[in-house]
Amino acid sequence: MMPVEQSIHGLTPAISIKNLNFFYGNNIALKNINLEIYKGKVTAFIGPSGCGKSTLLRTINRMYDLYPGQRAEGELNVGGANILDKGVDTIALRAQVGMVFQKPTPFPMSIYDNIAFGVKMHEKLTRNQMDDRVEWALSKAALWEEVKDKLKQPGTGLSGGQQQRLCIARGVAVKPQVLLLDEPTSALDPISTMRIEELIHELKREFTIAIVTHNMQQAARVSDYTAYMYLGELVEFGKTDDVFIKPQDKRTEDYITGRMG
Amino acid sequence: MNESAHVSTVFDEDLGGLRTQVLQMGGLVESQVSDAIEAYNSGEIASVKSIVETDRKVNELEKSIDDDCAHVIARRQPTASDLRLIMGISKIVTDLERAGDEAKKIAKGVRRIYESGHMPSQYGVGVRHVAEAALSMLREALDAFARLDTDAAQVVIRADTEVDTEFKSIMRQLITHMMEDPRTITTAIDIIWIARAVERIGDHAKNIGEQVIFIAEGRDVRHTGKEAQK
Repeated sequence: MMPVEQSIHGLTPAISIKNLNFFYGNNIALKNINLEIYKGKVTAFIGPSGCGKSTLLRTINRMYDLYPGQRAEGELNVGGANILDKGVDTIALRAQVGMVFQKPTPFPMSIYDNIAFGVKMHEKLTRNQMDDRVEWALSKAALWEEVKDKLKQPGTGLSGGQQQRLCIARGVAVKPQVLLLDEPTSALDPISTMRIEELIHELKREFTIAIVTHNMQQAARVSDYTAYMYLGELVEFGKTDDVFIKPQDKRTEDYITGRMG
Repeated sequence: MNESAHVSTVFDEDLGGLRTQVLQMGGLVESQVSDAIEAYNSGEIASVKSIVETDRKVNELEKSIDDDCAHVIARRQPTASDLRLIMGISKIVTDLERAGDEAKKIAKGVRRIYESGHMPSQYGVGVRHVAEAALSMLREALDAFARLDTDAAQVVIRADTEVDTEFKSIMRQLITHMMEDPRTITTAIDIIWIARAVERIGDHAKNIGEQVIFIAEGRDVRHTGKEAQK
């Protein structure tokens, strides 16, 4: 029998969030979030600065563990397990749930090693297997053709757009289930942005993608589902087509039509 | 429909300007239709020329409003109610322009009839009645647009059924007359054209009503029959 969720939506959740609260010290940043991120789909998170969208993304791979005083309550199921549980292996989790940040963050090493570094932490591959994996990841990130002759050169020597694709390749290399993109194009020019958007479209065949963006048109272009957040609450979640033509909540409407003061 | 102000005042001005232009165009088309009906009733065919001239202005407005819509889309990438407003306006002006064309057809038909003789009295009442109904549909559709009033839009949509029924009944009468007395055929055909144009004006008003519902509520009620009347 199909899972209940699948029979209702025809979709399987890759991530399912129940009653999630998040705190920075005593300040609550996420209030009772309930949401499902569907497998093989792109879900965009939009909302004004400070609404909690990046916090939510950082919760999904427990990035907040790195900072004292930050904690999450509730359920956040990835692949059937609640990743908020104490015993969770966060290194393994982050291989399952990769993340790409606003500014490209290549490691200070060669293009090849940028990709191989993460893979080595999780898998023992032969030299040939690693070569194949690097080529595979760079091809997935639509970067292979541009860098195949300079794999030994430093990753930091690439252009901003190429560096960001390198970071995506690095995330993809460990074969995660989910890719989290936190404003991945806000530091890029329009053409590099289009390349990343095209890449997102390609990657969703194999990965579930959650993207935080300040650019609403980008959310409209790349996502299948859109979540609008405001003041730590999930105001509206729905198909992107519906949210951008006929949002259900006036707060969503005001935000996406630019009526917020 | 969201009536609160945008952060960008220029965007608000753009959208406000578009709505005003549509109402201006609607006013012109309304006067074309009303003048055409008046000419039909009175035989005062001098107004035919001005109806044709107004049509040029209406055509120009259609092009200019569509052009403005394209600019708003290109510059602002409107979403949600703003997007629906722009799409709705672009369709409404097409209907308005066509309603104007129908008024022109009525005017020209009237001129043919009166120039070749006189209006047979037995045809006057039915056409006059349905024409008034179509004109009031058009007025109400424009009012509904101005206020984005979906209740008023639904009244317009419902009214179209009556106009259609009256048109069919006029057709039947005219066919009977033509069979009884073939000398009436030339005039009767002109009157059929006129009645047909009137019926089309009703259709255009109904389409405008449907767009008002789309703009205000995001519901597409075209081709839904009784659904639209909910």
